[in-house]
Amino acid sequence: MSAWDFRRQEIIRSRQLYAMIAPYFLLFTAFTVIPVLVSIVYSFTQFNVLQPAKFIGLENYTRLFLDDPVFLKAIQNTLIMAIIIGPIGYMMSFIMAWLLNELPAKLRTLLTVIFYAPSISGNAYVVFRQLFSGDSYGFVNAQLLKMGLIYKPILWLADEKYMMAIVIFVSLWMSLGVGFLSFIAGLQGVDKSQYEAAEVDGVKNRWQELWFITLPNMRPQLMFGAVMSVTNALAVADVTVALTGFPSPNYATHTIINHLNDYGIIRMEMGYASAIAVLLFFSMLFINRFVQKVLRKVGT
Amino acid sequence: MNSTHLTKKQQKQLDKARRKSMKGVKIKHKSKFAKALTKGRSNRSVKGSLTLLACLFVFSLIMLFPVVFLVSNAFKPINELFIFPPKLFVIQPTLDNFADLFDLLSDSLIPFSRYLFNTLFIVLAGSVGHILISSMAAFPLAKFRFPGSKLLSNIVTLSLMFTAAVTAVPNYIIMSKLGFVDTYWSIILPAFSMSLGLFLMKNFMEQVPDALIDAAQIDGSTYFTMLWRIVMPAVKPAWITLFIVSFQTLWGNTAGNFIYTENMKPLPAMLTQIASSGVARAGVVSATSLIMFIVPVVVFIISQSNVLETMSTSGIKE
Repeated sequence: MSAWDFRRQEIIRSRQLYAMIAPYFLLFTAFTVIPVLVSIVYSFTQFNVLQPAKFIGLENYTRLFLDDPVFLKAIQNTLIMAIIIGPIGYMMSFIMAWLLNELPAKLRTLLTVIFYAPSISGNAYVVFRQLFSGDSYGFVNAQLLKMGLIYKPILWLADEKYMMAIVIFVSLWMSLGVGFLSFIAGLQGVDKSQYEAAEVDGVKNRWQELWFITLPNMRPQLMFGAVMSVTNALAVADVTVALTGFPSPNYATHTIINHLNDYGIIRMEMGYASAIAVLLFFSMLFINRFVQKVLRKVGT
Repeated sequence: MNSTHLTKKQQKQLDKARRKSMKGVKIKHKSKFAKALTKGRSNRSVKGSLTLLACLFVFSLIMLFPVVFLVSNAFKPINELFIFPPKLFVIQPTLDNFADLFDLLSDSLIPFSRYLFNTLFIVLAGSVGHILISSMAAFPLAKFRFPGSKLLSNIVTLSLMFTAAVTAVPNYIIMSKLGFVDTYWSIILPAFSMSLGLFLMKNFMEQVPDALIDAAQIDGSTYFTMLWRIVMPAVKPAWITLFIVSFQTLWGNTAGNFIYTENMKPLPAMLTQIASSGVARAGVVSATSLIMFIVPVVVFIISQSNVLETMSTSGIKE
């Protein structure tokens, strides 16, 4: 019996299993795989939905990098945000989970809810519009005025000097998400006897304990958390629209996804928008792969 | 020399010397308090534990501050919302903002209950479908090897690595080709195949003992009966988690690009409309924000122990 016959028999034998996964993968293909492929194809065309798509080669890509200063600004902003929000949000999630792990169960649950709430709260970040409101009724302005540190209210959400910092702060506030929960659960799962053994073996302090026992035990969760952090850090978009408007003053907080939505949803330039989506797609995959490689070295 | 004859100065010097000699000696028996702080481990210092707890406390305050402000604002009467300087806590709490919100909603052309129904329908249909379809796919991938199973698992893990925003543009075209634009399906169907749910469910199912499944296989039950009778009851924490994840995604969905007919729009769509209507409705906006915020949080509180149990298997294995 040839290898192919064997494989075919195996496939026939597993037909019930294929039937079970079929609904999911049918939908997954329709709403995830095909859109990615379609984006790649459209990115080489000019397409406005009404007229048929016209093949234009690499023109969209050259236009993005050579003829669209707003896109370059968006790349710059997205990278600044991602470089700060990604690593800091990730470390914050881990360190807070690690600190919570030492607490009694009830207190741990309470703080877990408090830390996790901002990330699931839909659009609770609009509260920062009131905190950083540009008039003297804004909470931050009022406190600074009262203390005499400033003499007139600052336009926090319209002044280029502050917009980026505020968007980053709010994103960090929301960064303790699914990855954070994964860390908490992972820490609970580390075998306690390993710590006791380490104490006997001469692990001197909690930092050594963290590096030699906790982190290596947590590697799968660390990987998962990293994927969530990288993806979130590159996908900042709703917060900038809600806080600094769309488009933001002087594009100071314009991100790649803002740019994508601008062309894909508002201007209906699907070809151009697809080129942006394709670039974003591959950079997300690439950065995730890179981060995973780095994380394999943890605790070794 | 008798100590009673010592002058005060000499006594002081003696005390100092005694204290000095004590410094190098480790206290073997920690107090109950210190034991709790260091978990009784000799390689942890009380000082370190206290410092870390202080960090945690400060961090909690920063995290909590906007939430307190949000909750407090919702109960502030209009004159407190525009007081200088604004207060963090409400002085005279009132339910006026909520009353105003419901007045406003009952005046609108489409009754409030209609928006609520739309959201509940989308959330429930989306979540139930997501749980069923993901579980059906997760079971074969977690417990059996068949041609393509490894590849499909890897594709799902890979798809965790990019956001839905990337596929949003072609999604619209696909929805319109399928004729789903302006129907609930345009929101519900993509939710069925969210990859995070399948990923979590598959990882959790891998923990179900093989013996249980082998026994069922010998009995000659079909895979579907195995899933339904044996695996699903064993993975209750996982499907509760999937419900939470899809609930959170769908609850805040305004369906902005997909649903145009006013009486099919979900609640968040109409709440954002209210929220964007300016200063005069500052109180209503605060009440709205609180409602949008509190529902997913309460759902999470109820289910958090199940969610954390599922998350313990959430790792990406190499």
